[in-house]
Amino acid sequence: MAEFLQFLFSGLTVGAIYALVALGFTLIYNASDVVNFAQGEFVMLGGMVTVFAAAAGVPLPLAAVLAVAVAVVVGLMLHRLAIEPVRGASPVTLIIITIGASIFLRGVAAVVFDKNFHSLPPLAGSDPWIIGGAALLPQSVVVLIGTGAIVAGLWFFLTATLTGKAMLATAANRLAARLVGINTSAVIGLSFAVSAAIGGIGGILIAPITLTNYDVGTVLALKGFAAAMLGGMGHPLGAVAGGLLLGLLEAFGAGYVSSQYKDAVAFLVILVVLFAMPQGLFGRGVVERV
Amino acid sequence: MTVRRFVASPYALVVAVAIVVAVLPLVLPSGLYLRVATLVFINALAVLGLNLLMGFAGQVSLGHAAFFALGAYAVAVGPTHLAIPSWAALIGGVALSGLTAFVVGRPILRLKGYYLAVATLGMGLLTALVIGNEVAWTGGPNGMPVPRLVILEWRVSGSQTWYWVAGISLTLGAWVAVNLIDSPTGRAFRAIHDSETAARVLGIDIARYKLIAFVISAMYAALAGAYVALFDGFVTPDTSSFLRSIEFVVMAVLGGLGSILGSVVGAAILVILPQLLTVFHEYEHIVLGLIMIVFMIFLPAGIVPSLAAAARRRAT
Repeated sequence: MAEFLQFLFSGLTVGAIYALVALGFTLIYNASDVVNFAQGEFVMLGGMVTVFAAAAGVPLPLAAVLAVAVAVVVGLMLHRLAIEPVRGASPVTLIIITIGASIFLRGVAAVVFDKNFHSLPPLAGSDPWIIGGAALLPQSVVVLIGTGAIVAGLWFFLTATLTGKAMLATAANRLAARLVGINTSAVIGLSFAVSAAIGGIGGILIAPITLTNYDVGTVLALKGFAAAMLGGMGHPLGAVAGGLLLGLLEAFGAGYVSSQYKDAVAFLVILVVLFAMPQGLFGRGVVERV
Repeated sequence: MTVRRFVASPYALVVAVAIVVAVLPLVLPSGLYLRVATLVFINALAVLGLNLLMGFAGQVSLGHAAFFALGAYAVAVGPTHLAIPSWAALIGGVALSGLTAFVVGRPILRLKGYYLAVATLGMGLLTALVIGNEVAWTGGPNGMPVPRLVILEWRVSGSQTWYWVAGISLTLGAWVAVNLIDSPTGRAFRAIHDSETAARVLGIDIARYKLIAFVISAMYAALAGAYVALFDGFVTPDTSSFLRSIEFVVMAVLGGLGSILGSVVGAAILVILPQLLTVFHEYEHIVLGLIMIVFMIFLPAGIVPSLAAAARRRAT
């Protein structure tokens, strides 16, 4: 039982971060049909900027705010400089542009920061709580609460504010949204900003547990993408469920099957799910229009 | 056949590739350049196959390094652990790669767009994991040496020899590709690319033709992988990495999807560029990322098709 709980805790913690990355993918995809492979770099920026700002003497809360701001600015620039100019391009073109942006950002981070691993002090102390024989880090609880707060905040934003509704309208039908007077280009820009902020916050929350360096974004982008697909691309709730599920699969795969093949367990399950349900767990079937 | 008609025919491309292969050694000043040219040809071979899948049949693969690595490790593991002669391992690796693509492709190719992307990505990742973890067979993260290729009494070694092997293989690969594109199978590929529904209405067995494209592209990739391993005399798990898969896709798209010549140009740019950038080693990723973005913004159709279109505009 202790073992089971331990895997559950670590799976949920990592899964929460995957969920945030997947959520970022989903927001941008819904608004613009772009799968943003640079999503993981926002997580990297969140962690790295906080670490280096704090090291330069900026108080930690301010450093965190600064990091999120940097991520948002980068997200907006990515949209303005690399995505907006190729509006309506094919998915392959967009995949290459965002992967190019991700390689670029990683290269900049390696030069501006460094290539070492860094950690942040945990928000709520570092002594683990023992629950049923399993150790639970307070920071894990912070990660889960943070993720929950982001999901709730996003839900409120999308359903209760006019801007959020404009975003939903753009996701549902871009042409119709433009016809009723929504500035869809601004909404797409906003989706990049919100995604970047979510990624940045995720990066700050997870840094005390998993450490951060210039290269963490690559794997997170792959996992987040996989999680988003697992849930069914375009479903915010599916993304969260997919992320948590992927985290749990990895943790239990590592614990009960093989720690070397933990990623294999996760991806095998994703492949099986996709074969059985080609639209993901929460996706609807689409009718191809001729 | 008049000169004009020949230039317009797809076979002119094959002749162009053959001429480049034949003339290049006369102008290249040293063995190092010959080495780089060899790597360009080998990569172009893999990209050519990927282009058949992506550019003609319109199916994305973000995991083609899996087949590349399968070919590379076949010529490493076969002779070392199974006492299979190198040449047989080379053929076996290519056949195994095609067989793997056949088995995996059946379920995977039912998926579309980004779902296909994530499935192929998963396939690539699983291959990389197996190669990285089965240390007894593959040497794990350290990689393993590859014995020289010996065909009958002929030891295939040295930049000079490999240059010709790679160059002639690329020419033959281009010839096969051009023939394929011009056949009913090639036309079926393009029909699927344009509209699956329309292709199905015309009676094209979509699943079958997608699978054919996938298997062929996997065999091209495996041959290229085997060549690289034999040429370097060493193989590492890098051959199977996600970045390697992405490089192939970038080569294909940068040069021009659906363009045979584009595959060669794309491979040339991505192989030569890092060689030029070794001076600015620290900025290599920054430059590579910028190039990917800038080219996609200004030449979204790829270099060769964009230039061809510009030339046509000028001619009229």
